Amino acid sequence: MLISIVLAISITLMYSTPLIFAGLGGVISENAGVVNIGIEGMMTIGAFAGATVGYYSGNPWLGFLAGGLAGGLLALIHAVACITFRADQTISGVAINFIGPGLALFLSRKFFAGSTMTKPVENQIPTLFGSFAAKSSNLLLKAANVEMIVPIAFAIVLIMWFVLYKTNWGLRIRSVGENPAAADTLGINVYKVKYLSVFTSGVLSGFGGAAMTLAVVNYFTQSTISGQGFIALAAVIFGKWKPHGTLAACLLFGFAQALVVLLGGSTSKIQIPSSILSMLPYVLTLVILVLFVGRSTAPKADGVPYVKGH
Amino acid sequence: MRYKIAVLIDKTVTKIILAIVLGFIVGAMALAFAGYNPWASYSMIFSSIFSSPQNIIQVLILTMPNILTGVSVAFAFKTGLFNIGGEGQYLVGAMAAVIVGGELNLPPVINVIVIMLAAIVAAGLYGALAGYLKARFGIHEVITTIMLNWIALYLNNYLISLPEIGVKNTAYSIAIKQNAWTNILNNWKNTAGGQAFLAHHQTISTILFGTDINYGIFIAIAVAILIWFILYKTTFGYQVRAVGLSKNAAEFAGISVKRNIIMTMFVAGGLAGLAGALQMMGSLPHALVTLATEPGYGFNGITVALMANSSPLGSIFTAFLLSGLQFGGSTMQMNLGAPSEVVNIMIGVIVFFVAVASMFTMISEKIKNRRVKNAD
Repeated sequence: MLISIVLAISITLMYSTPLIFAGLGGVISENAGVVNIGIEGMMTIGAFAGATVGYYSGNPWLGFLAGGLAGGLLALIHAVACITFRADQTISGVAINFIGPGLALFLSRKFFAGSTMTKPVENQIPTLFGSFAAKSSNLLLKAANVEMIVPIAFAIVLIMWFVLYKTNWGLRIRSVGENPAAADTLGINVYKVKYLSVFTSGVLSGFGGAAMTLAVVNYFTQSTISGQGFIALAAVIFGKWKPHGTLAACLLFGFAQALVVLLGGSTSKIQIPSSILSMLPYVLTLVILVLFVGRSTAPKADGVPYVKGH
Repeated sequence: MRYKIAVLIDKTVTKIILAIVLGFIVGAMALAFAGYNPWASYSMIFSSIFSSPQNIIQVLILTMPNILTGVSVAFAFKTGLFNIGGEGQYLVGAMAAVIVGGELNLPPVINVIVIMLAAIVAAGLYGALAGYLKARFGIHEVITTIMLNWIALYLNNYLISLPEIGVKNTAYSIAIKQNAWTNILNNWKNTAGGQAFLAHHQTISTILFGTDINYGIFIAIAVAILIWFILYKTTFGYQVRAVGLSKNAAEFAGISVKRNIIMTMFVAGGLAGLAGALQMMGSLPHALVTLATEPGYGFNGITVALMANSSPLGSIFTAFLLSGLQFGGSTMQMNLGAPSEVVNIMIGVIVFFVAVASMFTMISEKIKNRRVKNAD
């Protein structure tokens, strides 16, 4: 019993981690007043870059950083559209969701001899206790042997909470998202804060994608990122646009995914059709949104383009 | 002269044409980067469409669902709603069509109408669910419709796993009964008279037997015109547009915003669902197939509607453009080896530049201002 609980926790953590990175990306962008529907596309390019650099360099950490960078670069396109050109942020996000996967598959064909699937990355992101735990006969230790990016994700949650609520920088970001005109009169460079936030959002989303291809599975293909970006967005809303709230929401969605894995196993006593099980995370997202969304409010100027002097 | 250019740049049609041109330019750059001749690749895309009657018909068949999902997105846009749920609504329509059409065996035309209505109602309700969640709880329709897309996909796979609907040990469901197939001259082509005629007319024979040529495209175009009529010539359409322009003003004028949101999503869902039903009735295997990824028509609809600036009639043309590009993209890959994903990048770039259409307004204003400065 204890073993299956620990196993459930470790699978939950594994599936939550990509969501936590992407969710934090959503938190920072939306707190600065830019809606980021393009997280899905940024995750996809991050997943591809992570797998590709991880494969060719043999260094998963290099791949992880490359994933973040790729997501950040794609986010800059979104930033230019939303901040400089005051575009419709939802439509621009949709464009990002076309460009991200399109570019990822296009480049995959270039780097992997015409295939839309990357080769498996041999060196995955190492686990907390490494081969020591893998060799050990202690099942508890084995189950608790999660990938190192799990504590990193938790650390970033803590850092973001600290930055947003305990530093001047955080105050600037939040004021830009709540009332950009007032922030402007106080001498805050609204455009600069927004650009940095959206770029960071892309980096975090890219990390989320790379976490998927370097820790959860070990290759990139068309369906690697299938809705995680949107689930992360739902987590942001459910988490009331706060890093710690979003973390809790991501853990819940990760748990739903873990249930799919655990209940879908052939050894489980309850037999539920796999298609119905696969629906679970999506149904849960909807149910949770219905139960909680009325009680959370977005930053006031979220999604509203800022025009200096208006 | 310069002023005229400035005014021209600010026109909606010009902005969209500029966005499409920019999409092609970026696509050419991507192709050149990948080591392919952009000019040769683009001419392959266009020549392949018109290289044979079968290919033209293939593009028409591809265009049908894209028109309907495009009009679906365009219609929702008029109320200020963003229907990303076309994928799921399309699938729900297809599922309803197969469940009804696999059982019923009514006289030919009536059978088709009954299946179409079943699909419209089922998918309409599926769309209205997202509308209700928006109206009642204020949940953004982008998130709910995306979740509903995945739920529909797994529902589709679940149905195929059922013994009543799936065909055992295959990835297919039962097929729609022949009476409801919308293929052109479907019965005649197998009669003795038809066979005798077709023996002497090779081209017509290859079209009838070699493609899924069906009436769907005509129905889709007719529906697009009908939706234009509803939007601009009826009270309901007026209310839909009023809510889209200003929620407060509409509410003040006595229009129920919430009711309109739900109704709009019903219509939008019904349109995408109709695409699913027409696809099931018109194309092989006339049955549901187990899916690993979304079929893509719902997302195509977003591009179609954005390129058409949410005009139902414009959607007919942009659906042709998009379907032609997608068809040509796959032949380009087959013949030249150039990656077909270039088309997706082009689509993304076009949507991006439609989103930043205000960029063209800014350029237009810059040109106008320079004129004022010069006049000073």
